[in-house]
Amino acid sequence: MASIVQFENVGLRYGTGQETLSDVSFQLGAGTFYFLTGASGAGKTSLLKLLYLAQRPSRGIIRLFGEDAVTMSRDRLPAMRRRMGVVFQDFRLIPHLSAWDNIALPLRVAGLPEDEVEQPVREMLAWVGLAERAHARPATLSGGEQQRVAIARAVVGRPEILVADEPTGNVDPDMADRLIHLFESMNKLGTTVVVATHDFHLLGRVPGAQMMRLDRGRLLDPTGSLRHPPNEIDP
Amino acid sequence: MSARATTRRVLDDAGGFSAMTWVMTIMLFLTLLAAAGGLGLRSATVALDRQLEGRLTVQVIDGNAVRREATAARAIALLRRLPGVVQVERVPAEELARLVRPWLGTDADDADLPMPAMIDVDLAGAEATAAVSTALARVSPTIRVDRHESWMSPVSGFMTSLSWLAAALVLLMLAATTAVVTLAARAGLESHRATIEVMHMLGSTDVQVARLFQRRIALDAALGGGVGGMAALATLAFLGWRLTALDSQLLTGIRLGVVDWLALALVPLAFVGLATLAARATVIGALRRTL
Ligand SMILES: Nc1ncnc2c1ncn2[C@@H]1O[C@H](COP(=O)(O)OP(=O)(O)OP(=O)(O)O)[C@@H](O)[C@H]1O
Ligand SMILES: [Mg+2]
Repeated sequence: MASIVQFENVGLRYGTGQETLSDVSFQLGAGTFYFLTGASGAGKTSLLKLLYLAQRPSRGIIRLFGEDAVTMSRDRLPAMRRRMGVVFQDFRLIPHLSAWDNIALPLRVAGLPEDEVEQPVREMLAWVGLAERAHARPATLSGGEQQRVAIARAVVGRPEILVADEPTGNVDPDMADRLIHLFESMNKLGTTVVVATHDFHLLGRVPGAQMMRLDRGRLLDPTGSLRHPPNEIDP
Repeated sequence: MSARATTRRVLDDAGGFSAMTWVMTIMLFLTLLAAAGGLGLRSATVALDRQLEGRLTVQVIDGNAVRREATAARAIALLRRLPGVVQVERVPAEELARLVRPWLGTDADDADLPMPAMIDVDLAGAEATAAVSTALARVSPTIRVDRHESWMSPVSGFMTSLSWLAAALVLLMLAATTAVVTLAARAGLESHRATIEVMHMLGSTDVQVARLFQRRIALDAALGGGVGGMAALATLAFLGWRLTALDSQLLTGIRLGVVDWLALALVPLAFVGLATLAARATVIGALRRTL
């Protein structure tokens, strides 16, 4: 198992205040399932933003798919982002597009012809239980339904890394189980999954999942297994 | 739903006539009028210069009618023999009387009034003017040669200035259009900031995002260009009709040739192109500063 993401002594400071993240070091093994936990304000979203290239760190080294993500030129970012799927904590659906078109967006952005877009979108809609709401706009969907659209959009392109920030925050336990099961099946197909959550009930649902815990901007790694994954194969 | 239609709606474009379309319509209308004015004046100036070039009026000023007639006859005979002279024509006395009647009233019909004999001369080109003048001077000192060019040149110069002014107006209008498009694109970036951020996160390139704006602006420019172009065409047709009715010597030169019409037809296209490029440059420039 090779590592697909490496953080080394990463620090993040918004503005001039204290560091939101300090000395964060870890490696993500390709094809592994991770849960990221921590109290509210611990820096989970901030860490994920660094990961999905929405933010550059103040210091440290980040390598993504073997490339230096800190000094990477802007022109390389789109190609990197297309290899990732992101479920934002605040969904970020495009308000003027239907559920269908929101989910289809990553495929269209990637330039897929329309006949290759239809089937995956239909499948994803069915998976998240929204086949009947395909033409609804986000504003007419409930919070949980919007969240499911956001998840469908993140996974429709079969990304190499799936990053989900509180993906089950607005759904009932049954739906949460179902979504986690969806992530798990993607993980079985080889996708590296990182799920930030408060929901301890979820943590036991995925056998073999790794835990990452943030405490006030620092990653707890008592055994050092995040920094040096046990079954890591050094090149 | 096609990908194209969907991506267009990413920015929640209302479509139809927006404020921007109106601005584009007005800008294009004014630009076309200025351009047409400039082109028309330029062709009028060229026509005037060509008309005046090598046009002379020869006057024999002599109180003695008999001597005047004899000198005029000799001058005409000489002119007919000179190389480079295309046409020689004595201005009939009645025509002269008609020309001075506004100043002299019916006295102009008085045969005793010492009127100069006038001869209109057309030369093949302006080069022959000097030779003709010296040859005529040798015939009699009472002969005076007027070059039309010299007294019409201020008019021609003025018209040339007006054409340049029109050209400057066209350029200013295009600059203003670029500024409007730039402002609109900036405002659009601001109001669609969240959507653009999502597009970026989904892996959109700057060019893809810029295309969303370009398409909208191009549509506005094309719609405005169409309506503004029609309005300009109608206005020009109306002016042309009035011009024909005027039947003025000076103004009949104002004509739009095929090349002029082609140039005018290119203006809306240039307009759409310019607006699109300005939008693209603005958006890409602004996005470069984001992550
Ligand atoms: N854009 C920003 N500018 C300034 N400070 C920020 C910004 N984003 C986050 N922070 C601060 O960084 C800290 C960590 O925030 P973050 O959103 O990463 O926490 P979190 O662990 O995701 O919390 P939650 O569980 O509530 O989502 C918080 O104190 C927050 O106020
Ligand atoms: Mg968060």
